Amino acid sequence: MSVKVPEEKYKKTRSYRFRQWLDGTKDPYLDTVEMKPQEVFQEDEVVVEKRKEEKKEMLRRVYDVEHNAKIRVFRRVYRIVSVLFCISLVFVLLTAVSHMPQFGNADNPVNNEVSERYIESGLQETGAVNIVTGMILDYRAFDTLGESHVLFIATCTVLILLRSDKKKGKDSIADMEANDRIYEPKNDIILQTVARILVPPILIFGIYIILGGHLGPGGGFSGGAVIGAGLILYLNAFGFAKTERFFTAKMYKWMSFGALACYALAKSYSFYTGANHIESVIPLGTPGAILSSGLILLLNICVGIVVAGTMYTFYVMFRKGGY
Amino acid sequence: MELFRIILLGFLVVCAISVSLSRKLLNSILIYMSYSLVVSVIWILLESPDLAITEAAVGAGITSVLFFVTLKKIHAIQEKEGEDKDERKSS
Repeated sequence: MSVKVPEEKYKKTRSYRFRQWLDGTKDPYLDTVEMKPQEVFQEDEVVVEKRKEEKKEMLRRVYDVEHNAKIRVFRRVYRIVSVLFCISLVFVLLTAVSHMPQFGNADNPVNNEVSERYIESGLQETGAVNIVTGMILDYRAFDTLGESHVLFIATCTVLILLRSDKKKGKDSIADMEANDRIYEPKNDIILQTVARILVPPILIFGIYIILGGHLGPGGGFSGGAVIGAGLILYLNAFGFAKTERFFTAKMYKWMSFGALACYALAKSYSFYTGANHIESVIPLGTPGAILSSGLILLLNICVGIVVAGTMYTFYVMFRKGGY
Repeated sequence: MELFRIILLGFLVVCAISVSLSRKLLNSILIYMSYSLVVSVIWILLESPDLAITEAAVGAGITSVLFFVTLKKIHAIQEKEGEDKDERKSS
Protein backbone atom coordinates (compact mmCIF):
# COMPACT_ATOMS: atom_id res chain seq x y z
CA MET A 1 0.00 0.00 0.00
CA SER A 2 1.39 3.33 -0.95
CA VAL A 3 0.70 6.54 0.91
CA LYS A 4 0.61 9.82 -0.88
CA VAL A 5 3.08 12.15 0.81
CA PRO A 6 2.34 15.88 0.74
CA GLU A 7 4.81 17.93 -1.24
CA GLU A 8 6.34 19.86 1.69
CA LYS A 9 7.03 16.64 3.50
CA TYR A 10 8.54 15.09 0.38
CA LYS A 11 10.85 18.05 -0.09
CA LYS A 12 12.43 17.36 3.28
CA THR A 13 13.30 13.76 2.46
CA ARG A 14 16.72 12.65 1.44
CA SER A 15 15.58 11.15 -1.85
CA TYR A 16 14.26 14.51 -3.02
CA ARG A 17 17.60 16.18 -2.30
CA PHE A 18 19.46 13.34 -4.00
CA ARG A 19 17.20 13.73 -7.00
CA GLN A 20 17.90 17.43 -7.14
CA TRP A 21 21.61 16.84 -6.91
CA LEU A 22 21.36 14.23 -9.67
CA ASP A 23 19.43 16.57 -11.95
CA GLY A 24 21.86 19.38 -11.27
CA THR A 25 19.11 21.77 -10.23
CA LYS A 26 20.62 22.27 -6.81
CA ASP A 27 24.20 22.20 -5.67
CA PRO A 28 24.39 21.12 -2.01
CA TYR A 29 27.60 23.09 -1.52
CA LEU A 30 26.22 26.33 -2.88
CA ASP A 31 25.22 28.00 0.37
CA THR A 32 27.14 25.96 2.88
CA VAL A 33 30.67 26.28 1.51
CA GLU A 34 32.20 29.70 1.03
CA MET A 35 33.36 30.20 -2.53
CA LYS A 36 35.36 33.13 -3.81
CA PRO A 37 35.76 33.91 -7.47
CA GLN A 38 39.34 33.44 -8.59
CA GLU A 39 41.35 36.63 -8.98
CA VAL A 40 43.01 37.37 -12.26
CA PHE A 41 46.76 36.95 -11.92
CA GLN A 42 48.56 40.29 -12.30
CA GLU A 43 52.08 41.51 -11.68
CA ASP A 44 53.82 44.76 -12.41
CA GLU A 45 56.52 45.15 -15.03
CA VAL A 46 59.43 45.56 -12.63
CA VAL A 47 58.82 42.16 -11.13
CA VAL A 48 58.53 40.63 -14.60
CA GLU A 49 61.84 42.15 -15.69
CA LYS A 50 63.53 41.00 -12.52
CA ARG A 51 62.23 37.48 -12.93
CA LYS A 52 63.41 37.29 -16.53
CA GLU A 53 66.85 38.51 -15.52
CA GLU A 54 67.05 35.93 -12.78
CA LYS A 55 65.99 33.18 -15.13
CA LYS A 56 68.65 34.17 -17.68
CA GLU A 57 71.31 34.26 -15.00
CA MET A 58 70.25 30.91 -13.68
CA LEU A 59 70.28 29.33 -17.13
CA ARG A 60 73.71 30.81 -17.82
CA ARG A 61 75.12 29.35 -14.64
CA VAL A 62 73.49 25.96 -15.05
CA TYR A 63 74.26 25.39 -18.71
CA ASP A 64 77.59 27.13 -18.86
CA VAL A 65 79.35 24.15 -20.30
CA GLU A 66 82.70 25.81 -20.90
CA HIS A 67 83.24 26.78 -17.29
CA ASN A 68 81.17 24.23 -15.51
CA ALA A 69 83.27 21.10 -15.49
CA LYS A 70 80.67 19.07 -13.69
CA ILE A 71 78.12 19.36 -16.45
CA ARG A 72 80.68 18.63 -19.14
CA VAL A 73 81.77 15.48 -17.40
CA PHE A 74 78.18 14.51 -16.69
CA ARG A 75 77.15 14.83 -20.32
CA ARG A 76 79.99 12.66 -21.55
CA VAL A 77 79.49 10.06 -18.87
CA TYR A 78 75.75 10.07 -19.57
CA ARG A 79 76.27 9.23 -23.23
CA ILE A 80 78.75 6.48 -22.53
CA VAL A 81 76.64 4.97 -19.76
CA SER A 82 73.48 5.02 -21.86
CA VAL A 83 75.19 3.18 -24.72
CA LEU A 84 76.70 0.70 -22.28
CA PHE A 85 73.32 0.20 -20.62
CA CYS A 86 71.62 -0.49 -23.96
CA ILE A 87 74.30 -2.97 -24.98
CA SER A 88 74.15 -4.79 -21.67
CA LEU A 89 70.34 -4.91 -21.83
CA VAL A 90 70.48 -6.39 -25.32
CA PHE A 91 73.06 -8.89 -24.11
CA VAL A 92 70.95 -9.96 -21.12
CA LEU A 93 67.80 -10.35 -23.21
CA LEU A 94 69.60 -12.32 -25.92
CA THR A 95 71.13 -14.69 -23.36
CA ALA A 96 67.71 -15.20 -21.81
CA VAL A 97 66.23 -16.00 -25.22
CA SER A 98 69.05 -18.37 -26.09
CA HIS A 99 68.36 -20.37 -22.91
CA MET A 100 64.73 -20.81 -23.84
CA PRO A 101 63.69 -24.24 -25.16
CA GLN A 102 63.55 -24.67 -28.90
CA PHE A 103 60.34 -23.65 -30.62
CA GLY A 104 58.04 -26.58 -31.40
CA ASN A 105 60.04 -29.15 -29.47
CA ALA A 106 57.96 -32.01 -28.05
CA ASP A 107 59.78 -32.04 -24.71
CA ASN A 108 59.05 -28.40 -23.94
CA PRO A 109 57.57 -27.63 -20.52
CA VAL A 110 54.60 -26.02 -22.32
CA ASN A 111 53.40 -29.45 -23.44
CA ASN A 112 52.13 -30.59 -20.06
CA GLU A 113 48.86 -32.12 -18.93
CA VAL A 114 46.96 -28.80 -19.14
CA SER A 115 47.35 -28.30 -22.85
CA GLU A 116 46.88 -32.03 -23.35
CA ARG A 117 43.51 -31.78 -21.68
CA TYR A 118 42.58 -28.74 -23.78
CA ILE A 119 43.48 -30.49 -27.00
CA GLU A 120 41.96 -33.86 -26.19
CA SER A 121 38.68 -32.99 -24.53
CA GLY A 122 38.23 -29.36 -25.54
CA LEU A 123 35.84 -30.20 -28.36
CA GLN A 124 33.52 -32.27 -26.15
CA GLU A 125 33.55 -29.90 -23.22
CA THR A 126 33.19 -26.57 -24.99
CA GLY A 127 31.81 -27.56 -28.38
CA ALA A 128 34.06 -25.08 -30.17
CA VAL A 129 35.97 -26.33 -33.20
CA ASN A 130 38.55 -23.58 -32.73
CA ILE A 131 40.46 -24.67 -29.63
CA VAL A 132 41.84 -21.18 -29.01
CA THR A 133 38.36 -19.69 -28.72
CA GLY A 134 37.25 -22.56 -26.53
CA MET A 135 40.18 -21.86 -24.29
CA ILE A 136 39.84 -18.09 -23.94
CA LEU A 137 36.05 -17.97 -23.73
CA ASP A 138 35.32 -21.13 -21.79
CA TYR A 139 38.22 -22.42 -19.71
CA ARG A 140 39.68 -18.97 -19.16
CA ALA A 141 36.64 -16.76 -19.62
CA PHE A 142 37.36 -14.94 -16.40
CA ASP A 143 40.55 -13.50 -17.92
CA THR A 144 38.66 -12.31 -20.97
CA LEU A 145 36.07 -10.62 -18.76
CA GLY A 146 38.93 -8.78 -17.06
CA GLU A 147 40.36 -7.77 -20.44
CA SER A 148 37.04 -6.31 -21.56
CA HIS A 149 36.83 -4.34 -18.35
CA VAL A 150 40.37 -3.07 -18.83
CA LEU A 151 39.33 -1.73 -22.23
CA PHE A 152 36.25 -0.11 -20.74
CA ILE A 153 38.27 1.51 -17.93
CA ALA A 154 40.85 2.74 -20.43
CA THR A 155 38.11 4.46 -22.41
CA CYS A 156 36.73 5.99 -19.23
CA THR A 157 40.17 7.39 -18.42
CA VAL A 158 40.63 8.79 -21.91
CA LEU A 159 37.15 10.30 -21.65
CA ILE A 160 38.05 12.00 -18.38
CA LEU A 161 41.39 13.30 -19.69
CA LEU A 162 40.37 14.46 -23.15
CA ARG A 163 36.73 15.45 -22.78
CA SER A 164 35.99 18.85 -24.26
CA ASP A 165 34.34 21.12 -21.74
CA LYS A 166 31.20 22.45 -23.30
CA LYS A 167 30.57 25.09 -20.65
CA LYS A 168 33.31 27.35 -22.03
CA GLY A 169 32.44 29.95 -24.61
CA LYS A 170 31.91 28.13 -27.86
CA ASP A 171 32.88 30.94 -30.17
CA SER A 172 36.37 31.62 -28.87
CA ILE A 173 39.17 31.30 -31.39
CA ALA A 174 41.06 28.76 -29.34
CA ASP A 175 37.97 26.64 -29.24
CA MET A 176 37.49 26.83 -32.99
CA GLU A 177 41.11 25.95 -33.54
CA ALA A 178 40.82 22.97 -31.25
CA ASN A 179 37.83 21.54 -33.05
CA ASP A 180 38.09 19.41 -36.15
CA ARG A 181 34.43 19.84 -36.94
CA ILE A 182 34.95 23.22 -38.54
CA TYR A 183 36.34 21.42 -41.57
CA GLU A 184 33.04 19.71 -42.18
CA PRO A 185 31.21 18.83 -44.36
CA LYS A 186 33.99 16.95 -46.03
CA ASN A 187 34.40 16.95 -49.77
CA ASP A 188 37.29 14.58 -50.35
CA ILE A 189 36.00 12.67 -53.37
CA ILE A 190 38.80 10.10 -53.51
CA LEU A 191 38.46 9.20 -49.83
CA GLN A 192 34.68 9.13 -50.01
CA THR A 193 34.59 6.85 -53.04
CA VAL A 194 37.12 4.49 -51.48
CA ALA A 195 35.21 4.49 -48.21
CA ARG A 196 31.91 3.85 -49.94
CA ILE A 197 33.40 0.77 -51.60
CA LEU A 198 35.53 -0.46 -48.70
CA VAL A 199 33.50 0.15 -45.55
CA PRO A 200 30.69 -2.39 -46.13
CA PRO A 201 33.10 -5.30 -46.83
CA ILE A 202 35.20 -4.32 -43.81
CA LEU A 203 32.19 -4.27 -41.50
CA ILE A 204 30.85 -7.54 -42.90
CA PHE A 205 34.29 -9.14 -42.55
CA GLY A 206 34.41 -8.01 -38.93
CA ILE A 207 30.96 -9.47 -38.24
CA TYR A 208 32.04 -12.68 -39.95
CA ILE A 209 35.14 -12.90 -37.76
CA ILE A 210 33.03 -12.39 -34.63
CA LEU A 211 30.29 -14.85 -35.57
CA GLY A 212 32.71 -17.48 -36.84
CA GLY A 213 35.00 -17.18 -33.84
CA HIS A 214 34.23 -20.66 -32.57
CA LEU A 215 34.53 -22.27 -36.00
CA GLY A 216 37.72 -20.80 -37.39
CA PRO A 217 40.41 -18.27 -36.64
CA GLY A 218 39.07 -15.08 -35.17
CA GLY A 219 36.95 -14.06 -32.25
CA GLY A 220 35.50 -11.12 -30.47
CA PHE A 221 38.63 -9.06 -30.04
CA SER A 222 39.96 -9.21 -33.59
CA GLY A 223 36.53 -8.85 -35.16
CA GLY A 224 35.75 -5.89 -32.95
CA ALA A 225 39.03 -4.26 -33.91
CA VAL A 226 38.23 -4.73 -37.62
CA ILE A 227 34.77 -3.20 -37.17
CA GLY A 228 36.29 -0.31 -35.22
CA ALA A 229 38.76 0.33 -38.04
CA GLY A 230 35.90 0.34 -40.54
CA LEU A 231 33.98 2.86 -38.46
CA ILE A 232 37.06 5.08 -38.21
CA LEU A 233 37.43 5.03 -42.00
CA TYR A 234 33.77 5.94 -42.39
CA LEU A 235 34.12 8.79 -39.91
CA ASN A 236 37.17 10.13 -41.73
CA ALA A 237 35.42 10.09 -45.07
CA PHE A 238 32.02 11.46 -44.16
CA GLY A 239 32.52 13.39 -40.94
CA PHE A 240 30.78 13.50 -37.61
CA ALA A 241 27.41 14.57 -38.94
CA LYS A 242 26.81 11.18 -40.51
CA THR A 243 28.29 8.96 -37.82
CA GLU A 244 26.47 10.70 -35.00
CA ARG A 245 23.21 9.50 -36.47
CA PHE A 246 23.96 6.03 -35.16
CA PHE A 247 26.90 6.36 -32.77
CA THR A 248 27.11 8.90 -29.97
CA ALA A 249 28.77 8.95 -26.56
CA LYS A 250 25.52 7.96 -24.90
CA MET A 251 25.08 5.10 -27.31
CA TYR A 252 28.60 3.90 -26.56
CA LYS A 253 27.94 4.01 -22.83
CA TRP A 254 24.81 1.90 -23.08
CA MET A 255 26.35 -0.43 -25.64
CA SER A 256 29.39 -1.32 -23.59
CA PHE A 257 27.41 -1.42 -20.36
CA GLY A 258 24.94 -3.83 -21.93
CA ALA A 259 27.65 -5.99 -23.44
CA LEU A 260 29.70 -6.17 -20.23
CA ALA A 261 26.62 -6.91 -18.12
CA CYS A 262 25.53 -9.58 -20.58
CA TYR A 263 28.99 -11.13 -20.47
CA ALA A 264 29.10 -11.09 -16.68
CA LEU A 265 25.63 -12.62 -16.39
CA ALA A 266 26.29 -15.36 -18.93
CA LYS A 267 29.61 -16.20 -17.38
CA SER A 268 28.34 -16.17 -13.80
CA TYR A 269 25.65 -18.59 -14.89
CA SER A 270 28.21 -21.01 -16.24
CA PHE A 271 30.48 -20.51 -13.22
CA TYR A 272 27.53 -21.22 -10.93
CA THR A 273 26.53 -24.40 -12.74
CA GLY A 274 30.13 -25.50 -13.04
CA ALA A 275 30.98 -24.97 -9.38
CA ASN A 276 27.88 -26.77 -8.14
CA HIS A 277 28.11 -29.60 -10.69
CA ILE A 278 24.72 -28.77 -12.18
CA GLU A 279 24.13 -29.69 -15.78
CA SER A 280 23.97 -26.56 -17.92
CA VAL A 281 20.65 -26.07 -19.70
CA ILE A 282 22.30 -24.54 -22.74
CA PRO A 283 22.98 -27.25 -25.34
CA LEU A 284 26.43 -27.49 -26.86
CA GLY A 285 25.02 -28.29 -30.28
CA THR A 286 26.80 -30.05 -33.12
CA PRO A 287 30.39 -28.87 -33.48
CA GLY A 288 30.82 -26.95 -36.72
CA ALA A 289 27.36 -25.44 -36.85
CA ILE A 290 27.12 -21.71 -36.27
CA LEU A 291 24.66 -22.07 -33.38
CA SER A 292 26.84 -24.36 -31.36
CA SER A 293 29.28 -24.38 -28.44
CA GLY A 294 26.88 -23.03 -25.85
CA LEU A 295 27.58 -19.51 -24.65
CA ILE A 296 30.72 -18.88 -26.69
CA LEU A 297 28.87 -17.21 -29.57
CA LEU A 298 27.09 -14.82 -27.19
CA LEU A 299 30.34 -14.01 -25.36
CA ASN A 300 32.11 -13.40 -28.68
CA ILE A 301 29.42 -10.94 -29.73
CA CYS A 302 29.67 -9.12 -26.38
CA VAL A 303 33.44 -8.81 -26.57
CA GLY A 304 33.18 -7.68 -30.18
CA ILE A 305 30.72 -4.91 -29.31
CA VAL A 306 32.90 -3.65 -26.47
CA VAL A 307 36.08 -3.68 -28.55
CA ALA A 308 34.52 -2.03 -31.61
CA GLY A 309 32.99 0.72 -29.49
CA THR A 310 36.21 1.23 -27.59
CA MET A 311 38.38 1.55 -30.70
CA TYR A 312 36.01 4.03 -32.29
CA THR A 313 35.68 6.03 -29.08
CA PHE A 314 39.45 6.17 -28.65
CA TYR A 315 39.76 7.66 -32.10
CA VAL A 316 36.98 10.18 -31.53
CA MET A 317 38.42 11.24 -28.20
CA PHE A 318 41.91 11.70 -29.61
CA ARG A 319 40.55 13.90 -32.38
CA LYS A 320 40.34 17.58 -31.70
CA GLY A 321 36.94 18.51 -30.38
CA GLY A 322 35.98 15.09 -29.12
CA TYR A 323 32.43 13.86 -29.04
CA MET B 1 60.54 -21.15 -46.63
CA GLU B 2 63.49 -20.92 -44.30
CA LEU B 3 64.97 -18.14 -46.42
CA PHE B 4 61.65 -16.28 -46.42
CA ARG B 5 61.52 -16.51 -42.64
CA ILE B 6 65.06 -15.21 -42.28
CA ILE B 7 64.29 -12.28 -44.59
CA LEU B 8 61.21 -11.40 -42.52
CA LEU B 9 63.10 -11.60 -39.24
CA GLY B 10 65.92 -9.49 -40.65
CA PHE B 11 63.37 -6.93 -41.80
CA LEU B 12 62.03 -6.83 -38.24
CA VAL B 13 65.46 -6.06 -36.84
CA VAL B 14 66.05 -3.32 -39.42
CA CYS B 15 62.62 -1.82 -38.67
CA ALA B 16 63.16 -1.90 -34.92
CA ILE B 17 66.47 -0.09 -35.20
CA SER B 18 65.29 2.47 -37.73
CA VAL B 19 62.19 3.35 -35.65
CA SER B 20 64.40 4.62 -32.89
CA LEU B 21 66.91 6.26 -35.23
CA SER B 22 64.58 8.13 -37.56
CA ARG B 23 64.37 11.84 -36.92
CA LYS B 24 60.79 12.46 -37.97
CA LEU B 25 58.01 11.10 -35.77
CA LEU B 26 55.83 10.49 -38.82
CA ASN B 27 58.44 8.20 -40.35
CA SER B 28 58.75 6.32 -37.08
CA ILE B 29 55.03 5.61 -37.09
CA LEU B 30 55.08 4.41 -40.71
CA ILE B 31 58.00 2.10 -39.99
CA TYR B 32 56.23 0.82 -36.90
CA MET B 33 53.18 0.09 -39.05
CA SER B 34 55.20 -2.01 -41.48
CA TYR B 35 56.79 -3.75 -38.50
CA SER B 36 53.33 -4.81 -37.30
CA LEU B 37 52.38 -6.06 -40.74
CA VAL B 38 55.50 -8.21 -40.97
CA VAL B 39 54.85 -9.54 -37.46
CA SER B 40 51.36 -10.58 -38.55
CA VAL B 41 52.85 -12.49 -41.50
CA ILE B 42 55.20 -14.19 -39.05
CA TRP B 43 52.24 -15.16 -36.85
CA ILE B 44 50.71 -16.90 -39.88
CA LEU B 45 53.98 -18.75 -40.46
CA LEU B 46 53.92 -19.83 -36.82
CA GLU B 47 50.41 -21.22 -37.41
CA SER B 48 48.42 -18.87 -35.24
CA PRO B 49 45.97 -17.09 -37.56
CA ASP B 50 43.96 -15.76 -34.61
CA LEU B 51 46.86 -13.62 -33.52
CA ALA B 52 47.64 -12.63 -37.11
CA ILE B 53 44.18 -11.10 -37.60
CA THR B 54 44.39 -9.23 -34.31
CA GLU B 55 47.92 -8.00 -35.01
CA ALA B 56 46.95 -6.73 -38.45
CA ALA B 57 43.85 -4.96 -37.17
CA VAL B 58 45.20 -3.53 -33.93
CA GLY B 59 48.93 -3.14 -34.53
CA ALA B 60 48.96 -1.97 -38.11
CA GLY B 61 45.54 -0.34 -38.19
CA ILE B 62 44.26 1.25 -35.06
CA THR B 63 47.44 1.89 -33.08
CA SER B 64 49.05 3.80 -35.92
CA VAL B 65 45.87 5.77 -36.57
CA LEU B 66 45.83 6.75 -32.91
CA PHE B 67 49.48 7.78 -33.18
CA PHE B 68 48.70 9.94 -36.22
CA VAL B 69 45.82 11.63 -34.43
CA THR B 70 47.98 12.26 -31.38
CA LEU B 71 50.70 13.81 -33.54
CA LYS B 72 48.10 16.07 -35.08
CA LYS B 73 46.77 17.00 -31.68
CA ILE B 74 50.17 18.04 -30.36
CA HIS B 75 50.94 19.90 -33.64
CA ALA B 76 53.84 17.61 -34.56
CA ILE B 77 52.53 17.32 -38.12
CA GLN B 78 51.08 20.41 -39.66
CA GLU B 79 49.75 21.09 -43.07
CA LYS B 80 51.41 24.12 -44.54
CA GLU B 81 48.84 25.77 -46.72
CA GLY B 82 51.31 27.73 -48.78
CA GLU B 83 53.29 24.65 -49.75
CA ASP B 84 50.12 22.80 -50.55
CA LYS B 85 49.00 25.47 -52.99
CA ASP B 86 52.43 25.61 -54.64
CA GLU B 87 52.37 21.87 -55.20
CA ARG B 88 48.97 22.08 -56.79
CA LYS B 89 50.13 24.80 -59.13
CA SER B 90 53.22 22.90 -60.20
CA SER B 91 51.22 19.73 -60.79
